[in-house]
Formats: sequence, C-alpha cells, structure tokens
Amino acid sequence: MNSLTLLMLLPIVGTVVIAALPKANETLTKQVALATTLVVAAATIWLAVGFQRDNVDLQFVQKYSWIPSFGINFALGIDGLALVLILMSTVLAPIVVLAGWNESLGGRWSVKTFYILILVLETMMIGVFAATDVFLFYVIFEAMLIPVYFLIGGYGSGERSAAAVKFLIYSLFGGLLMLASIIALYVMSGDQGGHTFDLAALSHLQMSSTTQNFLFLGFFIAFAIKAPLWPLHTWLPDAAQSATPGTSVLLLGVLDKVGTFGMIRYCLTLFPDASKTFTPLILILSVISIVYGAFLAIGQRDLKRLIAFTSISHFGFITMGIFAMTSQGQSGATLYMFNHGFSTAALFLVGGWMISRRGSSTIADFGGLQRVTPVMAWTFFLAGMSSLALPGMSSFVSEFLVLVGTFTRYPVHAVIATFGIVLAALYILIPVQKALHGPTTLGNENLSDLNLREKIAIAPVIAIIIALGFYPSPLLKVINPASAHVIAQMGFTDPAPTNGDK
Amino acid sequence: MEFVAPVLNYSLLSPILILLGGALIGVLVEAFVSKALRPITQLSVTLGSLVLSLVQVWRIRHESSMSAAMGSVVIDGPAVLLQASILIISIISVFLIADTEHFTALAASLPGSDEERHALQTGNQVTEVYPLTLFAVAGMLLFPISSDLITLFVALEMLSLPLYLMAGLSRRRRLASQESALKYFLLGAFSSAFFLFGAAFLYGYSSSVTFAGIHNAIIGAAGNDVFLLIGIAFLSVGLLFKVGAVPFHAWSPDVYQGAPTPVTAFMAAATKVAAFGAMLRIFYTAFANAQWSWSPVLSLIAIITMLLGSLVAITQRDVKRMLAYSSIAHAGFLLTGVIALNKAGLDASIFYLFAYGVATVGGFAVVTLVRDSAGEVTDLNRWKGLGKRSPWVASSFAFFLLAFAGIPLTSGFIGKFSIFSAAYESGAKAVVIAGVLSSAIAAFFYIRVIVMMFFTDPVEDGTGVEIPSALTQLTLIISLAVTVGLGVYPAPLLNFITNLATFIR
Repeated sequence: MNSLTLLMLLPIVGTVVIAALPKANETLTKQVALATTLVVAAATIWLAVGFQRDNVDLQFVQKYSWIPSFGINFALGIDGLALVLILMSTVLAPIVVLAGWNESLGGRWSVKTFYILILVLETMMIGVFAATDVFLFYVIFEAMLIPVYFLIGGYGSGERSAAAVKFLIYSLFGGLLMLASIIALYVMSGDQGGHTFDLAALSHLQMSSTTQNFLFLGFFIAFAIKAPLWPLHTWLPDAAQSATPGTSVLLLGVLDKVGTFGMIRYCLTLFPDASKTFTPLILILSVISIVYGAFLAIGQRDLKRLIAFTSISHFGFITMGIFAMTSQGQSGATLYMFNHGFSTAALFLVGGWMISRRGSSTIADFGGLQRVTPVMAWTFFLAGMSSLALPGMSSFVSEFLVLVGTFTRYPVHAVIATFGIVLAALYILIPVQKALHGPTTLGNENLSDLNLREKIAIAPVIAIIIALGFYPSPLLKVINPASAHVIAQMGFTDPAPTNGDK
Repeated sequence: MEFVAPVLNYSLLSPILILLGGALIGVLVEAFVSKALRPITQLSVTLGSLVLSLVQVWRIRHESSMSAAMGSVVIDGPAVLLQASILIISIISVFLIADTEHFTALAASLPGSDEERHALQTGNQVTEVYPLTLFAVAGMLLFPISSDLITLFVALEMLSLPLYLMAGLSRRRRLASQESALKYFLLGAFSSAFFLFGAAFLYGYSSSVTFAGIHNAIIGAAGNDVFLLIGIAFLSVGLLFKVGAVPFHAWSPDVYQGAPTPVTAFMAAATKVAAFGAMLRIFYTAFANAQWSWSPVLSLIAIITMLLGSLVAITQRDVKRMLAYSSIAHAGFLLTGVIALNKAGLDASIFYLFAYGVATVGGFAVVTLVRDSAGEVTDLNRWKGLGKRSPWVASSFAFFLLAFAGIPLTSGFIGKFSIFSAAYESGAKAVVIAGVLSSAIAAFFYIRVIVMMFFTDPVEDGTGVEIPSALTQLTLIISLAVTVGLGVYPAPLLNFITNLATFIR
C-alpha cells in the first residue's frame, strides 16, 4: 500500500482503538490519542526523509478508482508544498493533544468523543493536502468541517454553539460556490476528452476568459473564507474565542492553511489567466487584511480574539506572497504557512494556559505574570516575538521573503505591508506589557507556573521557531523547487532586483 | 366489430399483480381473522407481497418490452429501477407502519365519540392501513411505467386515493389528521382535473393518448401548437402537484404534519419516486422534442421551488413541517434532473430519488421515536438536548439531516453532485447556481436542528425517546447503512443504474 494512504489510515486505527476502550478510563484514552499522533508524526518525518527535494513532480503518487462513472479517483500525491504542510499538521497534532490534556473536560460529551474527533480530523488534514483529485479534495474540504464544528460547539466555551454555526455556515457557503465551479470543470472535461477530476488533466482545459474568471472566483471565495481574507474574516474571531486552545491551533494553524494552500494548488494551477486578472484586487485585499487585522488586534481586550486578529494580518501576508507571482514570494508564503502554524500554536497554547489558570481571557485581568510565573511568561514572550517576526525567529525569514518577493513587482503594496510589521510590534508588545510586566494584579499572586507536561509540549514549538529562525534552509530546500515550478508554470520570471546604485 | 382478447405478459406485470393480490387478501384478513392475530397476519401478508414483488422486479431486470399490456405499460431499465426503489422504500416504511400506536383504532368513528373510546378500550384495532398501503404501492409501481395518458391517470388515482385515506388515520390529534386528509383529497382532486384536462388537449393535438403517438406528433409538428402547450401545461400541473413543487406545494406541509408519521414517511419518499419517475418518462419520451416549449418554465419553477422551500423551511418550528419544506426544496433539486434531459440527468435522478427516499424514511423514523405521554413531540423547541438524552437516535437524525444538506460522505452529496452536473451539462447553468445557493440556505436550517439537539441543554418537559421497536430499529439501520454506503462508495449502484437506465420509446 502507498505510504500516503497508510499515513491517512494511521489516525483511523487510533480512533478504532479509542472507540473500543472503556469509557471510564480517560487517561488511557488520552494516552492512546497521544501515541497515535506521535506515530503519525514520526511516520511523516520518515516520509519527508524519503522525499526527493529537487524533483518538482508529485511524489508518492497513487491512484485507486473510486467512482468510475464520474471519473473520480482516490488519488494522492505530494510536492514540496504539500509535504511541508502535512509535516506541520502532523507535528502539531501530538503537541495539541499533550498541551490540551484537560481540554476535553468541560465538554458536552465524553473524552473519547473528543479524541475521536481530533483523530478523524487529522486523517482529513493529511488527505486534504495530499489529494490530487479535485473531487476528493472537495469531499475532504467539506467533510472536515463537521469534526471541527463539533469540537467548537461541544468543547468550547462561551457562545460556543453560535460560533460553531457561524463557522460552519460561512465555510459551507464558500464550499458550495466551489462545488459549482467544480461541476463546471467536470462538465468541460467531459466535452474535451472524457470526464475527469485529475488535477493535472484539468489544468490543461481550454476555456474562455469569462468562464475562467467565474470559476476562479468560485474557488477563490471558498479559499478566502477559509484563509480568511478581509472582508470574509468575521467568523474567525468568534470561532477562535469560543474554541478550546487546542482546537484553535488546529483551526488557525492547519485548517485555515487549506485556504492558502488551495490558492496555490487550485487557483493558480487551474486558472492561471484569471489569477493574473484578479491579482491587483487580491493584493489590495491582502494589504487591507494586513493593516486591518493589525489595527483590530491592537484594539482587542480578549486574548484569544487578539490572536485571531493577528492571524488575519498574517494571512494577508501569505496571500500577498502567493499573488506577488515571484518565486521568493511563493517560497516566503509557503514558509510563512509553516511558521505561522507554530507561532500561532505557541500563542494559543500558552495563552490558553494563562486563561485557564486565571479563569478569564481579558488581557486586563493579567499583570505581573513575569514575577509569579516566570516560565509561562517567558514562553508567552517568545511566542509573541515570533508572531511579530523578530529577527532570529522563524517568522522573520518568511515575512522578509514575502516582502522582498512582493517589492520586486509591487513596491507600493510591499511598503504599505511593511507598516504591518510596525503595528505587529504594537499588538504584541501591548499585551506583553499589560499581562507580563508591571505590578501583579490582584488575584494573580497564586497562579501556578507551567508544569512538566506543559513544558514538554511547548518546548518543541519554541525549539522549531528558533531553529528555523537561524537555519531555515532545510525547509527552503524542499519549498523552493516547488515554488519555482509554480511560478514557471504561470509563465512568470522573477524581475531583476532593483539595483541600489543606478 | 371483432373483439380482440387482450394479450398480457403476466411475468412482466407480476410485481403489480402480486401487490394487488396481497391487498385483496389483506381485505379478507380484515374481515375474517380474529383481532388478536390480525396485526401480525396483515404485516406478514404485506411484507410478503412487497418482498415477492421485489424479487419479481429483480428477475425481470434485463427485460424490455413495449407490449406487456397492449402497449399501455412499458418495461425497461428505468421502470425496473424505479419499481425496485419504490418497493425497497415501501418495505422499510411498512416497518414503521407496523407500530399501531400511531393509528386510530377505528377510523370510521367520530373523533372523541364513545365509539372511538370503546374501540380503543377493547383493543379492537382495525388494520385497514396495510391493504391501503399495498394498493397505493401498486399504483406507484404502475405510475412510472405507464406509456399512455389513460393508464397514467388510472395509476395516479390508484396511488392517490389510498393515500388520502391513510393521511386521516392518525390516533392523536385526529381532527388535524382528518383536516389534512380532506385538504389533500380536495386539492388532489383539483389537480387530477387539471391533469385530465391536459390529457384531453394532448389528445386533441396528437390524436393519440400514447407517449409514442405524442412524440411522433411533435416530431411531425402536426396540429395546433397551442393545444400542445396547454396540454403540457395542464398535465404538468397535475404532476407538479404530486411532487409538491411551488406553486402547487401548499398541501404538503399540512398533510405532512397531520398524517400519522409512518404514513408521512411512506408518502414523502415513495410518492416522490413514483411521481418523478412518471414525470421523467413523460418528459424524456413524449415531450423531449418540444423541449424549448417547457424547459424555460420548468426551470423557473425549479428555481422558485428550491429557493422558496429552503427559505420557508428556516421559519418552521415543527419538525414535520420543516421536513415538508425540505422535501419541497428537494423537489426543486429533482426537477433539475428533468430539465437536464440527458442520460446523465436520468441516471442522476434515479440515484437521487432512491438515496433521498431512503434517508427520508430514516428521518421520519426518528420523528416517530420522540414522544411524551401524549404522543409524538414535533415541536422543535422540545427537541432541545436530545443528543444528551439519547445520543444514538439524535446522531442518526443529524446524519440524515447532513445527507439532506448534501454534505460529502453522505448519499445526498453524491446525488446532488450528479444531478447538478447533469443539469450543467445540458446548459441549465442558472438552475445549477440557484440550486447551489439554496443548498447553502437549506444547510442553515438543517444545522439549526443539529444545534438544538446537541448544543442546547435539555428541558425537563416529559419529552423522551421511545426505545425503538425491533422493526423501527431495522428501518433506522437500513436507512443509515444505505445513506453512508452510497455516500462513501456509490460506484456499484451508479454503474448498475448507468447500465440499465435507458428509456425505450
């Protein structure tokens, strides 16, 4: 059996084991979940080792016929882009399980259900990045909403059911627009030599520019809701505020990446001309997202909402990098997706620990944590520095690449986006100052510092952030060929860098 | 004039004949079997006839004949597939009907009368619902295989009249049930009149009542076009009434709500298959060449039906009414298959009808289980927290709702995808876009019910979930298995349909 299918099956095996466990033994359930995610992570790393970095073709390719009457295949395959994202997802999963050891307690349903949902979601996360059949991609894209919906609505806090519904309705709406485009592609493929959903075959379809524009929009709106891009972002802060920190990590760190991943894999590949047509508009939306997200983040009083808005700003950078149509921009965007996953994870997890200890998510309720809980305060500080892309942190490399890649072609956008970095310093330093420094706020004196489990969970995240900040080339070596390939397929060459002394 | 003895091919007609025979036996059972043995005898006779009929359908699956009954019926691939769908749906509905709790003991007694009380107290339960079901199913089997307008009309009445009666059989809230039956009957009679009127015009246009004759007349472009248009229009009114398309849908929420829930399940699922089966046949074979006359109007009706059904469903507070409006929206989706007018559209419609029918019976099966001391609870507000009380029942209902909403990995998604792609292929892009949009609207109210069941805390008001009887469990398990199975691996059924489904003229 192919290694990707095997990878997708591993979490399913975990769910079956968990389903068979006795309900009373919650610790065992958690241990099995953790073991499963660790095995999946190890298997992915093993897969990554066997990945040929310079080969731009899809690797680990496999194809099983699924619904032959519609030409649908269960087809998987990964390139550098997909590999990096799968790697990120599967490495984050055990961290989320370990960090949120007690997250499932406040839920409506049992601990078992929580971990079954998480593991089913992990299978789908692998599948959505590995699918090379558009129909299969769509099926997973939509189906993965359901576990997240129940994770938010069942285990979250506050207005959890309203947030879950908002999330689901937004995503379904986008998904259905994409379905209309997919149907159109399917019908056109039938007219041009046989019904198929194969991504490579579909990218050679002939279509008029009007059709291409409409179909592009169907895909792009779905991805822009997912990503989320201004003005389609309004579901995200609510969802992130209500979800448990672990769910938020998976939601913002992995699921939202499906949006930006889809822009590269589907929008650019299937509709190169329409992508060029819409580039100016999308770049403007990205710049607005960057600045708008940053401004709203500054104004937030709630820690989780603040992190959500910083992500909107970051997704603006990613989208800008993608549509700058330069190889640096592409590479930067992909690397950004990876790094954003880890820096958001760090923020949400540490933030979650702070919130659960204090019993409040209002930033003003914290204060002086540096003195009471030094380890927690320092990890939050590091996570914040990663989010504002301090040099030496992994996000700096990617943000820099995106800006460089954009500047060579769209200097004005890049310059405005650079203000986003300044604002980032504000939206991170203000909560850092309020929560960590100053006099200890009343009621915070007895907060406990991170325990061993939490330290073990957060250590790899911080390690990855710092290691990739100093030495990003292992990842870039995987990403660069894939990015260059996408740009070359689009018919672009990188503009020569502006010479300083002309 | 010489009398020609009719030649009937009994083996091809046997599915219908078996059911009619079973129904007649049922009438005799009603008269002669003691009241203790009556329910079980009736159930065995009914299920036996349905299963036997299904076996017969399976045996004739590769036959095709225009002359099974002197040219009045046609047996071909779609006929077999539709008949099999109707029979399977009927079998799982009969499992629900077997729960006599839902039916009045003596339908002939006045609501609230001493006679009624007496019948209830002595346990003198009348079981006329079984033969009525068999008569209705026989009519449904005939409906999609009719190949002339007279037979079509006879079949229409044959399936409708028992249904009118069955709608009035509810034990609880009998007045509402009888009102719904009367409403159904009056409007149904009205639409039958339209149907006959249309048939008369079509005869005037083509001087033939057979589909082949009408088809030939249209190809020859003979006669008065106005007659053809009026004929198609009025005939369509009759058919659209049966499928519950806007603006002929007004009966369905009331009847769905008033009828006993097992009957609603049967009616919602099986009637839809039969009516759409007939509609597909008549539009694909008789009216195909007049496509440009009816396609625009039908597209408009489809769009309005989808949007109105989905929008109005949002405001419903009663689960049966909500499912009624959802079925109106689904009628709109199914109309896109008629509009498609291609092989893919036919395949997709048959698949959709089967998948939707089975899920519908499953959904109503859950509705029969949620009760308090006064019978079924259909007020959605009282469904709050159902997921906490009985997670399995609530989960299966949620799953059926997701199938109605067309979420991937359920049969509903494959159905929706195939029917929309067929319509798109035929160029009906506006219909597809309206369909996609109304799917998004529809998703909203399906999800709202899921929120009620799972994300709201239960209110202690006596609402509880009945432990399903063995037969109801069977219905639930079969519907769930079909809905999951067709969602995950629909290839075998799709292939089967694709190979068989070709109309013969």
